Amino acid sequence: MVRSPARRALTAYLTAAPFVVFALFPFAWMLVTSLKKNNELYDLSQNPFLIRAGITWEHYQYLFAQSPFPLWLRNSIIVAVVSTAASVVLALLAAYALARLRFRYAEGVSTFVFIIYLLPTTLLFLPLARLVSVLHIANTLWSLIVTYPAFMTPFITWMLTAYLNSIPRDLEESALVDGCTRLAALRRIVLPLARPGIITATLFGFTLAWGEFIYALTFISTTSLKTVTAGVVVDLIRGDVFYWGSLMAGALVASLPVVILFSLFLDHYVSGLTAGAVKG
Amino acid sequence: MGDDVTESAVRRPQVFPRRLRRPGLGAESTVAWGMLAPTLLLLGLLAVYPLLYALYLSMTTAQVGAPGRFVGLANFLRLPHTAIFALTLWNTVLYTVSAVAVKLALGLVLAFVLAQRAPGMKWIRSAVLVPWVAPISLSVLAWTWMFDSTFSVFNWVLMHLHLISGPIGWLGTPRLARFAVVLVNVWSGLPFFGITFLAGLVTIPQELYEAATVDGVGALGRVRRITLPLLRPVIATVVLFSVVMTSSDFATIFVLTHGGPMNTTQVLSTLAFRLGLATGDLGNGAAISLYLFPALLLATTVQARLMRRTWQW
Repeated sequence: MVRSPARRALTAYLTAAPFVVFALFPFAWMLVTSLKKNNELYDLSQNPFLIRAGITWEHYQYLFAQSPFPLWLRNSIIVAVVSTAASVVLALLAAYALARLRFRYAEGVSTFVFIIYLLPTTLLFLPLARLVSVLHIANTLWSLIVTYPAFMTPFITWMLTAYLNSIPRDLEESALVDGCTRLAALRRIVLPLARPGIITATLFGFTLAWGEFIYALTFISTTSLKTVTAGVVVDLIRGDVFYWGSLMAGALVASLPVVILFSLFLDHYVSGLTAGAVKG
Repeated sequence: MGDDVTESAVRRPQVFPRRLRRPGLGAESTVAWGMLAPTLLLLGLLAVYPLLYALYLSMTTAQVGAPGRFVGLANFLRLPHTAIFALTLWNTVLYTVSAVAVKLALGLVLAFVLAQRAPGMKWIRSAVLVPWVAPISLSVLAWTWMFDSTFSVFNWVLMHLHLISGPIGWLGTPRLARFAVVLVNVWSGLPFFGITFLAGLVTIPQELYEAATVDGVGALGRVRRITLPLLRPVIATVVLFSVVMTSSDFATIFVLTHGGPMNTTQVLSTLAFRLGLATGDLGNGAAISLYLFPALLLATTVQARLMRRTWQW
């Protein structure tokens, strides 16, 4: 019954291996494809797992020098940064009110935020497409900057409310008793204490915004104004058929920012993921 | 759905000391509404209003550039009689049920796997989470390439193992295409299941297992009698959440198959996109996406109930 630690670790690795391979294989495949020369990539007699003819950077060169890819990256950065910043500020205010203040209809507001949080973007893209054109922001980055917070804010509010609820109130209460205003207490006491929660919320917001697809696909039609998710999928394809090298290079490069953030802030992601689902 | 639902979910039982009942509960309420106003305004304008607008559109014959006329529920009633919509609705149900079922089963296994202790387990956990952080439309592009009709790596492997004699058209064969979209959805959704279940697993007190072992309960018995019952609230929450996300999934299918071949992977979201945007039939497009609403409503209600119960335990 008692097993040695080494055997236990071996069992753990062996059982985890299929899941790790399943999860990472598509990314490994992006890398292999993006580094292969076309004549080897499209040669059916070659083993697709190996790169025999040498590594090439031509797909990356095409991506960065001849395609609108750098513009798409820039657009994605602008949209994700601005919409995340706006959402976190709005959500922090809302979460503080929901977690700390007593007012009538507080439960109603929480329920409302929760329902909006569950509302899928696929239900809203058609009417929103009309709305952004009425607002004269269709086919501009603004159409995304303005609409993304509508699905990010409820999620972040939910997450931050749960986080604020886990912070003891004592410090804040003594500050209030000492005559501090609510906003001052929020800024000087709650903000520093809630920092880990705010970082988590920011990371999630950024990840959501960076990966958003249907609005980006629907609201923006000009190639140079697209974000990476829509741009690579819709507009990267050239006249010729053999474009998989640069498509995979694009998919890999555009996935990197969030994957890097994720590996740097791993614990934040895990705590947020579980807080969002279990507590929220 | 009662108000107490969120009371228990969001707000801990209030333990506000009396002395903090400052003279103005009125003032506190004003501050609260002031802080909520920007968010409520945003959600009102960009979530509630579009939803109502979709409801309105769905009851008209609106086309892009033409307001159309009011037809009541005609779109909703006529749609199920059209072959393509009937197929789409069935596909959506099939896709959601099979993907969620597989994610649930594999997610439980994954949670147990990740709960094991070994050096470097943290890195294994994070590796497994990568599909969930990467932009979905781009990782599905990699799957599209892996399922390529000519250059599929899966075909190469299967052919070299002599399991198939010639290349398989994964995305061009109805049954295989359906399998492929479910597989890719499982791939991207599994991390959420696994990690959330793992978080649930670690909250189960170890003593329960030890006591059961002493009583001679085997490993499977311990899972069935301790783990699963205690994990039930977490499982229910994750499943309902996933039903909403999976039934409304767009990117996976749009990138992988565009709904083909012959609409056998067409789901509500991709059909709404095609009708509403590609052909400009806003009325029917809106009606199609609103068919997602019952699923959403059901999930929200059940989930809210469950959360209340979870907190009472």
